[in-house]
Amino acid sequence: MTIERADIEKLAELARVQISEDNIAATSRSLGNVLALVDQLQAVDTRDIAPMSHPLDTTQRLRADEVTEPDHRLAFQKIAPAIEDGLYLVPRVID
Amino acid sequence: MTAANDWEVVIGLEVHVQLATRSKIFSGASTAFGAAPNSQACAIDLAMPGTLPVANEQAFRFAVMFGLAIDAEIAETSVFERKNYFYPDLPKGYQTTQLEKPIVGPGHVDIQLPDGGHKRVRIHHAHLEEDAGKSLHEGDWQVNGRPMTGIDLNRAGTPLIEIVSEPDMRSADEAVAFARKLHSIVTSLGICDGDMSQGSMRFDVNISVHRPDTPFGTRTETKNLNSFKFMEDAIALEVERQIDILEDGGRIIQETRLYNGETRRARSMRTKEEANDYRYFPCPDLLPVVIDSQTIEAIRDSLPELPDAREQRFVEQYGLSEYDAGILGDEADMARFFEEVAKLCGDPKLAANWIMGELAARLNSTDTAIGQSPVNAGQLAGLIARIMDHSISNNMAKQVFDAMWKGEGEPDDIIEKRGLKQVSDAGALEKIVDEVIAKNPAMVQDYLGTDESKRKKKLGGFMGQIMKASKGQANPQQVNEILVRKLNDLL
Repeated sequence: MTIERADIEKLAELARVQISEDNIAATSRSLGNVLALVDQLQAVDTRDIAPMSHPLDTTQRLRADEVTEPDHRLAFQKIAPAIEDGLYLVPRVID
Repeated sequence: MTAANDWEVVIGLEVHVQLATRSKIFSGASTAFGAAPNSQACAIDLAMPGTLPVANEQAFRFAVMFGLAIDAEIAETSVFERKNYFYPDLPKGYQTTQLEKPIVGPGHVDIQLPDGGHKRVRIHHAHLEEDAGKSLHEGDWQVNGRPMTGIDLNRAGTPLIEIVSEPDMRSADEAVAFARKLHSIVTSLGICDGDMSQGSMRFDVNISVHRPDTPFGTRTETKNLNSFKFMEDAIALEVERQIDILEDGGRIIQETRLYNGETRRARSMRTKEEANDYRYFPCPDLLPVVIDSQTIEAIRDSLPELPDAREQRFVEQYGLSEYDAGILGDEADMARFFEEVAKLCGDPKLAANWIMGELAARLNSTDTAIGQSPVNAGQLAGLIARIMDHSISNNMAKQVFDAMWKGEGEPDDIIEKRGLKQVSDAGALEKIVDEVIAKNPAMVQDYLGTDESKRKKKLGGFMGQIMKASKGQANPQQVNEILVRKLNDLL
């Protein structure tokens, strides 16, 4: 499967990354290589095989519904780039 | 119901229900509402490197309870997946949710329609997931002159069940009836506090219109409605918009819309072309959750009474009409209030009348939940007891109720303080009746000269004067008996 320029542009927008004009051809080639690998994988017949999401043959341990985490806001906000009124500040987003 | 010019409306709902757990679904941070911003967001909620989620047992129990209540199949094995998207109130860059193997499979909810009929709405599935944080755009925060958005992650990781219905509703009324029914089910189960003003239940509404007997039309989704009223308005608005477009020869674009309850307008948020590709995949940090059939059966055995069963019981146990039972039995808080009043005063029908009449009117006009009623069950029962023993008349009872609503205290104290006691002392009443008869010879002659079948109508004049003389405190039934007896003695 070949990756068109339009695909790269759309993927870049969805992934919120900027791909410079010079890099479009190279990116399209390397993504094409990845997809070629996926094509190989997809050629295998897996109809009767249950997907394995991880290698452990066990199930999830559940915890009791108890509040165990105290307020560490001060410590966390010390390493945040911008805070005010107890909030983390990020460049304005409105959808 | 068909809309204007034979368009049929088709509605499906996605409902987010915040589960009433103490801690979050994957961390031990508190879920309490109203805490200082970010004071309940721990390292896991903030997606700090090296943290791992551990699932909350109670969230699963609550999800199973809901599944059993809607007669759904419960998945013994359910799996979490990552739904990837970028947004600042989602620090991990993905929402942990369920897609392929949700905990609750297909089920159904029966709703009562405004015309008294019933309808079954199918549930496609319900799955467990985590809530995101909150983005605050209203502040005037700035960094280097750039406007900033504030992020509060207290809500991040609050457990949700998302309930997805089939497109089985055909009008705003049906959609609201369905939403209300879900509200009464989750609050009766005690798995959600049901407080819509705090976002405990939020609705996404999928709407399309088509001509009957043709395929469904293209649908739009209006997101994040947090009241029944907004939902009703948003549906009406969207149905009208779609019909207008179609009748003008246009076509509907599949899109996500946002409704603003304040301005009562909606706008497009994004079209299908701009939609995220969520790149779902199984979450490697969480193993499959297995709930064995014994646990499921134990939960089934411990389910509290559900609204349908309660309404049926109210009809049988208290002799209420189906309509009254529907109003009083639907919500757990209302049902508890009614049962307490009925038990304390001993007259379920009077209790029902007072709750659905005077109390409901006050609650509605002040937008107060029954749980916050200024008049408690004990006070209302005390008031009804005074009506039953004829201490006060219905009119006086309304005055007492008014005083209780204003916080003036217990019914007996108010009756005492305001001197509202109804006079039932026969001797005192006979004296007043005698005086009124003596003062009004013309009325007496008129009464005696009237044909027997029409005499009853002539009593009104006497009653008015007697009530006035007693300052409204005479027991009307008793006065009526005494008056008729005394007048008839003169015949």
